[in-house]
Amino acid sequence: MVRFFGILIGLFFTGMLVYSFGRGAVEYISNPPVKAVEYQFHEEPKDVSFASDGPFGKFDNQQLQRGFQVYKEVCAACHSIRLVAFRNLAELGYTDDEVKAIAANWPIETPAIDPETGEASTRPSIPADKFPLAFANDVAAAAANNNAIPPDLSLMTKAREGGAPYIYSLLTGYTDPPAALPEANRPGPGLHYNPYFANLNIAMAPPITGNDQVTYSDGTKATVSQMAKDVSAFLIWTAEPSLIKQKQTGWAVIGFLLLATILAFLSYKTIWADLKAQKKKKAA
Amino acid sequence: MSFPWAKQYKPTTGFGQWMDERLPVGRMVYNSLGAGYPAPRNLNYMWNFGSIAGFFLVVQIVTGIILAMHYAANAAIAFDSVEHIMRDVNSGWMIRYAHANGASFFFIAIYLHIGRGLYYGSYKAPREMIWLLGVVIYLLAMATAFMGYVLPWGQMSFWGAKVITGLFEAIPIVGKPIQELLLGGFAPDNAALNRFFSLHYLLPFIIAGVVIMHIWALHIPGSSNPTGVNVKGEQDTIPFHPFYTVKDGWFLGLALIFFTAMMFFMPNALGHADNYIPANPLSTPAHIVPEWYFWPWYAILRAFTFDFLFIPAKLLGVLAMFSAILVWFFLPWLDKSPVRSGDYRPKFKKFFWFGLIPCVAVLGYCGGAPAEEPFVMMSQIAGAYYFAHFLIILPLLSRIEKPEPLPNSITEAVTGKPLKQTS
Repeated sequence: MVRFFGILIGLFFTGMLVYSFGRGAVEYISNPPVKAVEYQFHEEPKDVSFASDGPFGKFDNQQLQRGFQVYKEVCAACHSIRLVAFRNLAELGYTDDEVKAIAANWPIETPAIDPETGEASTRPSIPADKFPLAFANDVAAAAANNNAIPPDLSLMTKAREGGAPYIYSLLTGYTDPPAALPEANRPGPGLHYNPYFANLNIAMAPPITGNDQVTYSDGTKATVSQMAKDVSAFLIWTAEPSLIKQKQTGWAVIGFLLLATILAFLSYKTIWADLKAQKKKKAA
Repeated sequence: MSFPWAKQYKPTTGFGQWMDERLPVGRMVYNSLGAGYPAPRNLNYMWNFGSIAGFFLVVQIVTGIILAMHYAANAAIAFDSVEHIMRDVNSGWMIRYAHANGASFFFIAIYLHIGRGLYYGSYKAPREMIWLLGVVIYLLAMATAFMGYVLPWGQMSFWGAKVITGLFEAIPIVGKPIQELLLGGFAPDNAALNRFFSLHYLLPFIIAGVVIMHIWALHIPGSSNPTGVNVKGEQDTIPFHPFYTVKDGWFLGLALIFFTAMMFFMPNALGHADNYIPANPLSTPAHIVPEWYFWPWYAILRAFTFDFLFIPAKLLGVLAMFSAILVWFFLPWLDKSPVRSGDYRPKFKKFFWFGLIPCVAVLGYCGGAPAEEPFVMMSQIAGAYYFAHFLIILPLLSRIEKPEPLPNSITEAVTGKPLKQTS
């Protein structure tokens, strides 16, 4: 009985799928799908490496500080890093006094309540504060940016396929639209062509426009590529502050497990030795 | 029940004896995981994944309980509370990545465990109940994992919840009320997040309960084995401890090396970038895909593209997706071949390795791919084979297949010498 109904149900599902396949195949051959324009012109992220890559990678604190400087002078006007606290900057090698100064002098103050009147006000930030939002709310952000809300950057390298190389490619990828690009896919008003962006037209104006847009205090030449790379490295850190600790812990854990597993394997060999000896020899 | 030659538990200390007369916990452990459980001597490494799945269930429960101490199931702050765990909780990143990757390793173990059961006919009499309970565990694990993925309240959490609960909408009349009951509203929001968290915390303990029944049912007939031949004498078995405890132990170490490599060096490789974007009901991600362990079923869901009479394609897809798993409940009665092990079934073996395994692999691949050609056509072919395999081929195969001769005993299969009848 089970088998009888089973075969009926099986024939039904199998039949429906074969039928759907047939109809789909006819459609596919008679009317082959056209690749969307976004796919044709879209480019994969550039091949770029970072000091923190790989199982032995380490953060380059000089680079992270330069990246923070680019973030502060170029990105911070529109993009927040709301999940990062000023105190976290100590991990980049800043001293406590430097962190305090950065927090106190941050151009946007932390929202607060006026202790006298109880009205909403702001106060200078302290190291315990998170970085304040660039805009009071999404409506204000959209109003100031041609209706596009600048996303928070705290997790950006983990929140996009391609990670930091994608950020780097996007920042350095602004070009004029190719001549072959159809009219419908050309950037409209307030949009900018960037083949690394999913739908090719991004609302963000090119943020890094020329060499020496920032002046690095460590003497590194601030080329467009260097600035894009430094800020991408900084965003790897904001997205995963414990990245290096994870890798170091990983090696210790795997080292221990390797030792324990080898010992366990040797115990297994010893305990099973008599049984294995009884096994019949495979015919040669 | 056990074999008459099973070793008997003898408390060696006064306290052990005192306990044994009042609450024989030691005896229970001895008889189920210790020297008191005689297991076939020829189990291969495919028999290791049950203990590994059990281990990862414990990992999930322990890490989950710790995560729940820091997580806040509220749509306004859930996403930030996960980032709080990652940034501010001491070693919080380790607990969270262990939990996120532990789910994947639990499913890897469970899939290999199911695959072993399918090939070696572990679902056949007298072990039907073990198999049925196993399918229940699998269904509960899928529900638990799905709800767990919703908790970080990222984009894929939100849209995954919307798509999966939206499946129920396809059921006529009762579908819409079921969906609203699941979500506690018309779309995923705080009510859905709260009940998912509550159930995500509850279900693992129910799984643990079913696991105990699964093992209990296992100890009635004892473990199956690669030859599929029944245990006939003492020589066919070895005590579970120390032989299989040490084998499970070293293999668990090996599995943990892979697990920790994943968790410390590429913790997000099996996740989805979109889930690091906070949930936004107004912005639909370009590709909504579930976690990898759901991909084969997701491919079947999307493979139905045409209505059948009055049944819309979406409902067909939903029915087929649930049927694809529910068919396992009937497997012991669909496959009537008296031979258990695929090793001795020449035709079954070919259908298994060249039919079922590639078809599930194709379904898995297509389920993770965008819903466009040629992936839909590929999943239609693979899906058609999937249903044909379980519902048409297996029931008919036992009539036409001539199995190869079985060894007289496990001992003979291993040593080449006949079993000595001791009793």
